[in-house]
Amino acid sequence: MSYPTDRKYTKEHEWIQVNGDSATVGITDYAQESLGDIVFVEAPKVGTELAAGKTFGTVESVKAVSDLFAPASGTVTEVNADLATSPEKVNQDAHGSWMLKMTLKNPGELEGLLSAADYEKFVAEEAGH
Amino acid sequence: MSSVEAPAIRKTALNAIHRQMGAKMVEFNGWDMPVEYPASIGCGIVNEHMAVRTGVGIFDVSHMGDIRLAGRQALAAVQHISMNDASKLAIGQAQYSALLYPQGTFVDDVIVHRLGEDEYLLVINAGTREKDFNWVRDNTREFDCKVQNLSDDFTQIAIQGPKAVDLLQKLTDADLSKVKFYWVTRGRLCGLSNILMGRTGYTAEDGFEIYIPADAETSARVWNEILAAGKEFGVLPCGLGARNTLRLEGRLPLYGHEISDTINVWESGLDRFCKMEKPEFVGREALEKAKAAGVQRMLVGLEMTERGIARDDYQVQDESGHQIGYVTSGSPAPFLKKNIGLAYVPVEHAAVGTKVKVEIRGQGVGAVVVPTPFYKRKR
Repeated sequence: MSYPTDRKYTKEHEWIQVNGDSATVGITDYAQESLGDIVFVEAPKVGTELAAGKTFGTVESVKAVSDLFAPASGTVTEVNADLATSPEKVNQDAHGSWMLKMTLKNPGELEGLLSAADYEKFVAEEAGH
Repeated sequence: MSSVEAPAIRKTALNAIHRQMGAKMVEFNGWDMPVEYPASIGCGIVNEHMAVRTGVGIFDVSHMGDIRLAGRQALAAVQHISMNDASKLAIGQAQYSALLYPQGTFVDDVIVHRLGEDEYLLVINAGTREKDFNWVRDNTREFDCKVQNLSDDFTQIAIQGPKAVDLLQKLTDADLSKVKFYWVTRGRLCGLSNILMGRTGYTAEDGFEIYIPADAETSARVWNEILAAGKEFGVLPCGLGARNTLRLEGRLPLYGHEISDTINVWESGLDRFCKMEKPEFVGREALEKAKAAGVQRMLVGLEMTERGIARDDYQVQDESGHQIGYVTSGSPAPFLKKNIGLAYVPVEHAAVGTKVKVEIRGQGVGAVVVPTPFYKRKR
């Protein structure tokens, strides 16, 4: 799997794609693969304030429950309602199945996140364990 | 007890095969086991589960333990240590049973196979192998009966699903159509002679469990031959993830969850496998008293009525939010396409149709008590 270079990644396996002062957030292909068959996505309501590094929702596979961590601080402007009824789309296309859109409070926060190449290295190490 | 420390993690003879196939491995009761095989070969828990419900799947269950009791008083010994009535078994027949502590709680659940006139094989759980063997040995000392731990002698493969019989028949000279559910046979299999094959399983589906020599080469060869022979039936290798969801749909208990050393037979709802008409067995006296005193809590099936998935150990609440019990096993049910669970609740909340809540991340989410098993195969 090659990771799109048009976005940044967290060590908690979220991606964030920035467009001006707003951004789109999802989970990575590595995350969907580790979780297995995804059956449940719980995203916050529109208007929720997110704090970078804090949990904002849950994704569940048949076997596991996993927290979602906000890659950046800001306010939720839209959630992907499609995933409430078709969570398996995350397995099919993790980088195309966004979970929420947000406005960014402090775009500078994103500088601490990983590039596609660095994230790829990070997961290769994690998978090697 | 030997003073040698057990190795940190144990591997079955098929471990290398699972890794080659790209299985996701997890530690389960001290064993390094596949939880699911990769999506790239059509697997994953849901597909594996569906293969068993609609076709056939195979599982490495070599982590299960095997105890052989043989000798003049083997039947008396088995009767003493197990709650079902083994005197009802014909040679070649098997029954679901359990080993109990004197207080009527569970040492383990077992399948008792009668292999000969005075020969029985108990198939036990992975996590309780040593405990069970010691317990069986210690509790059968006064009987003229040899107790052997054969756990490391076999690679055990489960072939499960409506097409299991067709698949296995391709590989053996034994006439499987003559083997009824919970009976065993022996025959040639993949060039090996006198192989034990039981029509048993842990998936609430038809199927077989076979016991082959535990060397890695034979184990790998048989595993691969089964997969090759099963191609026409769409066979999938299946891991512990699907094994768990399959057994949950069928309400089959898992040690440490639905049954344990703190749960008694009446609470677990396994009454029909406990033969109180037997004059004596370990735990009988306590069970008689427990029944007279009245059962306080019961294992029930739950189905989520609101959006949310019950998970192991989540709290169960009454409608006003007071904790009344806990979930022993909870999961999405891939075949039924519902979110289900088993839970212990007080008897007054155990009636089918009772509304309860399951606490999920601090929120009470609606559920209802439903009849079990959730899934029952058509025969």
